[in-house]
Amino acid sequence: MAKPLLLGAVAYAPKVVTIWEGFKEYFRRHDFEFDYILYSNYERQVEAQLDGSIDLAWNSPLAWIRAERMARARGLEAHALAMRDSDRDLCSVLVARSDSHVAITADLSALAGQVIGFGALDSPQANLIPRDHLRAQGLFAGRDYTARRFDELSGKHGDHIGGERAAALALMAGEIDAAWMIDGNYLAFAREGILPAGATRIVARSGSYDHCNFTLVSGISAASAEMAARFTELLLAMDWQDAQVRPLLELEGLKTWLPGRSSGYDLLIRAVDDEKFYDAAGNILDPDYRY
Amino acid sequence: MTPIIDIENLGLDAGAHLLVKCGLGAIPPGGELRVVGSNPGWETQLAAWCRAQGHGMSMQQQDGRAVAIVTRGGADSGRWHDAVHAGHSDATLTGAVADRALSCWGLSARGATVEAGTPDIHFRLDRKDEIWADSAAVLYAQAVAAQWNPATAIDWDEPFELPAVVEDAVAQLMTYLIENEEAALIVPARFLGQVHPHFREIQSLLAIQVADEARHIEVFTRRLHLKGREPALSTAGGQASLKTLLDEPDFSVAGFLLSVLGEGTFVSLLNFLHLHAPDPVTRQIARLAARDEARHVAFGMSHLLWRLQQEPQFRTRLANAVQSRNDALANTAGLNEEVFDALILIAAGEFTPQAIAAGYVRVQQLIADMAAGRQVRLERLGFDKEAAQHLAALHTRNFM
Repeated sequence: MAKPLLLGAVAYAPKVVTIWEGFKEYFRRHDFEFDYILYSNYERQVEAQLDGSIDLAWNSPLAWIRAERMARARGLEAHALAMRDSDRDLCSVLVARSDSHVAITADLSALAGQVIGFGALDSPQANLIPRDHLRAQGLFAGRDYTARRFDELSGKHGDHIGGERAAALALMAGEIDAAWMIDGNYLAFAREGILPAGATRIVARSGSYDHCNFTLVSGISAASAEMAARFTELLLAMDWQDAQVRPLLELEGLKTWLPGRSSGYDLLIRAVDDEKFYDAAGNILDPDYRY
Repeated sequence: MTPIIDIENLGLDAGAHLLVKCGLGAIPPGGELRVVGSNPGWETQLAAWCRAQGHGMSMQQQDGRAVAIVTRGGADSGRWHDAVHAGHSDATLTGAVADRALSCWGLSARGATVEAGTPDIHFRLDRKDEIWADSAAVLYAQAVAAQWNPATAIDWDEPFELPAVVEDAVAQLMTYLIENEEAALIVPARFLGQVHPHFREIQSLLAIQVADEARHIEVFTRRLHLKGREPALSTAGGQASLKTLLDEPDFSVAGFLLSVLGEGTFVSLLNFLHLHAPDPVTRQIARLAARDEARHVAFGMSHLLWRLQQEPQFRTRLANAVQSRNDALANTAGLNEEVFDALILIAAGEFTPQAIAAGYVRVQQLIADMAAGRQVRLERLGFDKEAAQHLAALHTRNFM
């Protein structure tokens, strides 16, 4: 048996096993040896990629930034090979109850003195980018508003949406005045009934940013460039019309794979620096961060 | 001109996606739809929805108003690529009911568009010629309309008192009827779970037939207890005869033995009880049960006529089935003596030599009527007179 291309992924939910087993079978069907290792958190995964334990990583945007920095610090280069169509141009929204002061005035200055809910400490979409967004508007946690964090499953970079869901529930229970969430989750929570129809309003939205990607660090992986190219080729060939493949795409939340791009991470890079989450070499700076 | 829809003040957290979906349904993949709205944040919501659905979206200013340009993606139609159509809902249309129902249609309604990749669900009875009857839908409708409530359809409180020996005979007969109706419940129930849902008319008819038998068992039990009796005797021969019905794996053969011959014979028995039973409750029960059983016979006949039309040589198999059953039961007593005697006493109504003599004659006549009824049905199935007479006589002495 040929040596397989080894992928790292984070086990943020039980379905992750189903997903990667399905991918393994898909690649096998196309005579491409592929295997995966699951990590309990992205920090461990990024470190494993940099020490050559895995050839490729399915990275959160935050993990991408750390991998990119750690690679650069070693004189190497990280590449985003591919991403989902649903990974491009996301935004985070700040949601308030429709009858609240901030929703009615539609002015961010109305957030002064309010309690705002954020997701996990390491969530790009529900903590890092939202804090950066408010800071850019001149609003600082502790000074202008009170931040309440809904920290669930640290180290998963917010992939587990429990923190956002808990914030949405707290919002409707009147425990907080506004809550940050990814735009897609706003609609998902409405479908679930957590956010009753018309009961909430978007009072702020972040700029656009990209989400996950398959990261390759060239010069470190044992896998050849041809293997990475073949992996990408087979991935991009996954067809929504193919009944065998469609369940996998549905589980992973995409309609089609797109070539990777690194241009959609500027907002998060700024947030990581301003929040002092990682340094330029990818070292973890936040002393409160447990994973 | 790019079509435009206005979702007005409706948010996508409150159902506005339905308006957009409808608008996109009218344009081909790759086509554009303009969307305007006034709910705060509608553009952000729409962008998230489009991303999840695989549609493109960009914002433009047109005439001083923010307009979303939605480009329809291929995912919504792509899901139905390679989908299969499973016949047509209306069974009377040509080609509506397939000769063979596919396992990949699963549980879908007949006529549905079934997504490729739907898991295979295997049903043993998936061939039309094995189970179909054109009259099934009509018989089902009749059965639904003719359902009766044992609590109100029968006058349980009507006063009567029978001689103890006649009441004992009623208890014996009810004991016999109950175990026979158990077989008549279990045989269709076993097939019910094996019929492909594509043949829903058959499925429905079997389901209501099972419900009919459950009701019969209830009323026979209730009549048995009405005067404080407990169930009486159950014989090995009687159960051996019923077991041959349970052991028959072929739907058509089982229907032939159970419905055409067995329940057909039971219709005669129930009509006899309706006419001659000594108390009003037994007479009412018999009348209602006979009506249900006649429908079961009609389904059995209708299916066999259908099957024999497709496969005339199947008639030989039916004849062999009667012969085999007769051989299998050669060493059993057939109808138990207690049931036979109970019928005489019931037809007599009282315990006197004159009444018993009259009851005896009536039971002899019943047995002759039963055989004649079987012969008529066999002739309708295309057996010649001689063969029909022979097979009618070979039928189990246990009646069912």
